[in-house]
Amino acid sequence: MAKSTSSDAQMLVRSLHTAYAATPTNLKIIDLYVVYAIVTAVIQVVYMGIVGSFPFNSFLSGVLSCVGTAVLAVCLRIQVNKENKEFKDLPPERAYADFVLCNLVLHLVVMNFLG
Amino acid sequence: MGAKAENGVKPTPLASPSSSPFPSLKALKLKTKQQELLIRVSALALIYVLAFAVRLFSVLRYESMIHEFDPYFNYRTTLFLTKNGFYEFWNWFDSESWYPLGRIIGGTLFPGLMVTAALIYRALRFLTFAVHIREVCVLTAPFFASNTTLVAYFFGKEIWDAGAGLAAAALIAICPGYISRSVAGSYDNEGVAIFALLLTFYLFVKAVNTGSLAWGLASAFGYFYMVSAWGGYVFIINLVPLYVLVLLITGRYSMRLYVAYNCMYILGMLLAMQIRFVGFQHVQSGEHMAALGVFFLMQVFYFVDWVKYIINDPKLFHSFLRITLTSAIIVGALALGVGMATGYISPWAGRFYSLLDPTYAKDHIPIIASVSEHQPTAWSSFMFDFHILLFLFPAGLYFCFKRLSDATIFIVMYGLTSMYFAGVMVRLILVATPAVCLISSIALSATIKNLTTLIRKKSKAAQTFSTKGISSLKASAKASLDQALPFQRNVAIALLVGAFYLLGRYAIHCTWVTSEAYSSPSIVLAARSAHGGRVIFDDYREAYFWLRQNTPPDAKVMSWWDYGYQITAMGNRTVIVDNNTWNNTHIATVGRAMSSYEDEAYEIMQSLDVDYVLVVFGGVTGYSSDDINKFLWMVRIGGGVFPVIKEPDYLVNGEYRVDKGAAPKMLNCLMYKLSYYRFGELTTEYGKPTGYDRARGVEIGNKDIKLEYLEEAFTTSNWIVRIYKVKPPKNRW
Repeated sequence: MAKSTSSDAQMLVRSLHTAYAATPTNLKIIDLYVVYAIVTAVIQVVYMGIVGSFPFNSFLSGVLSCVGTAVLAVCLRIQVNKENKEFKDLPPERAYADFVLCNLVLHLVVMNFLG
Repeated sequence: MGAKAENGVKPTPLASPSSSPFPSLKALKLKTKQQELLIRVSALALIYVLAFAVRLFSVLRYESMIHEFDPYFNYRTTLFLTKNGFYEFWNWFDSESWYPLGRIIGGTLFPGLMVTAALIYRALRFLTFAVHIREVCVLTAPFFASNTTLVAYFFGKEIWDAGAGLAAAALIAICPGYISRSVAGSYDNEGVAIFALLLTFYLFVKAVNTGSLAWGLASAFGYFYMVSAWGGYVFIINLVPLYVLVLLITGRYSMRLYVAYNCMYILGMLLAMQIRFVGFQHVQSGEHMAALGVFFLMQVFYFVDWVKYIINDPKLFHSFLRITLTSAIIVGALALGVGMATGYISPWAGRFYSLLDPTYAKDHIPIIASVSEHQPTAWSSFMFDFHILLFLFPAGLYFCFKRLSDATIFIVMYGLTSMYFAGVMVRLILVATPAVCLISSIALSATIKNLTTLIRKKSKAAQTFSTKGISSLKASAKASLDQALPFQRNVAIALLVGAFYLLGRYAIHCTWVTSEAYSSPSIVLAARSAHGGRVIFDDYREAYFWLRQNTPPDAKVMSWWDYGYQITAMGNRTVIVDNNTWNNTHIATVGRAMSSYEDEAYEIMQSLDVDYVLVVFGGVTGYSSDDINKFLWMVRIGGGVFPVIKEPDYLVNGEYRVDKGAAPKMLNCLMYKLSYYRFGELTTEYGKPTGYDRARGVEIGNKDIKLEYLEEAFTTSNWIVRIYKVKPPKNRW
């Protein structure tokens, strides 16, 4: 039973790898950005666990700026991905402009909240 | 032949305008689309003006003043904001209320209303209109009610079509459920909050329909405005995740939903935390956990969906699904469990928990239970506030279910949840009103459209029948069909006339309700005298201005918490407790003082530095919202904190009496003495003995009242407000 699950897991990982290699480069760049933002958020949470959460608003603004920008990047990826039928007549410039605007608002509010 | 030539030569009327004195209307002939646009725009403009005008009854009958109790606090803070600027306002510590504790006003209010009114004031001043801030405050609510009708039009257009939008705008312009809290003079949070609520919902539904990040950002800003305006924003932050959950479960989810919800949630949450009163509640309070949970659920869900799409192999996908689901559920349950167990995630606050369990407040929090607006709703209130919308609402639900889409699912959920809460608490009929109006407008618009199509189809078939001739088979078949239902057209016309009659009755009902029930300022009372003329009782303002002009500026006034805001706003004196009711023990102290014998009460008053005591008494005028009628709540709240005050001491056989048969503690407590001092000598009604209390309908029991530690300072002309001065302690020799 364990052997089948481990071989299952191996097959899973391999098929994921091959399927992912087929995605276009611009989407891969966005995915890299999302992973970077999540890693930064995790680092901040670990640091908070070590030193305590005293200026809680600073901690929240740091974590939420990472999570927020990751989520917005995922939304951009969804809108730019050519395989999504719903967004096929949305020009990628518009998607990128929306992404930039939302990030601008996000970071302005984060700067206000940092304290 | 000759006539034909003449016909060809004769000029058309349009070519020679000089032939007629007035320009022919044919010159204005527009295309159908433009005609339709003109009709829509003019209808909306009329509805806009109507929504504003119907709320002006009290300004026309009395004067332009602020009503009720809470609006006086909002007015005072707006005045402070316009005089001292935003920085002072945001960091304001007020020592004039809750003496000796004070109140951090900057951190405990919702600034949206005040900032809005101040901005409108600045804008008008910039255009050199010399308005006073009070006029702006009085007319803010009707102005935003007009704006709500516009938002309702766009929302209805988004859900159904333009006809439903117009019907929604017209219905919500005069619906009494909304008018009750947005008349001119009712300068309260709800006046602006309902506009913000509907705007947020409209922008969110638009974001879900288009999947655009820009609309999601707009809905986040709408949510921010709502959070800044009213504590009822909790409804939004729970309804939207519930809606997302329903869409996920029923399989109607799409990429647009992901974009809309995530953008709105993250940006909205960050923006909402900028309001000091809300603070970190979005990550710490139990009421906001549903949104956070759905956020995480959505990430997991869409990630799993994406992996399924990439792998394209069901067997592998199933094993992947098993792994991720179990790990996600374990992590989520662990986090929630640890959060609630350590108390980090606070449980639902009392005032929201009592919405889920209506009996909770009565047993545990008497202050919440004592407010009349928090009582469960009677059927008559529903009929009063909604009229024909009550039966149009289920009809609209039927139409929504017939044409299910993301938008109609949302409005159905909004309608059902808000109707449940409206049944639990009278005050929440206000939140249900936009949903009821929108859903009813769908039923109205769809029905009228069907009826008019029936009528027009019949006449068009008759026309084609007459012009094309009887030769074609199709025309004859249609003719036979028309003959088969000869009364269809007449029935349709009759139903249409009936529908318009009902709408006419609705308009009459709404206007009557607004005029009779919802336009009284509460601070000025009116009655009909014996000769039919109008008698105005302006006692409240008389008393507050007496306080302002005849007491030292640092005098402290003790009264029941209802009048606190008015005393600080109009009397400009420090109060002990006011309508914010944030400190139950302080209120219980005042309640204990009011229900004790005079000597015990004097000790409490000395400890609080009280200089004046204010009571409201309705015995002379028959005014029934006075302090003697509220007295049992003072006893209950005081007794809740100080067990020395026991409610049965004031009752006789469970009955609350003030006449000779009343309990001895009742006849000698401070509230009784202050209300009925010198009342025993007064004849209030012809043929009744002296000391006849017109509000309770009995002759009072203790007519010979002597006050030892207080003396009477002022009684208004109709004895409604009575002010007593606390005497300093006696000299020792």
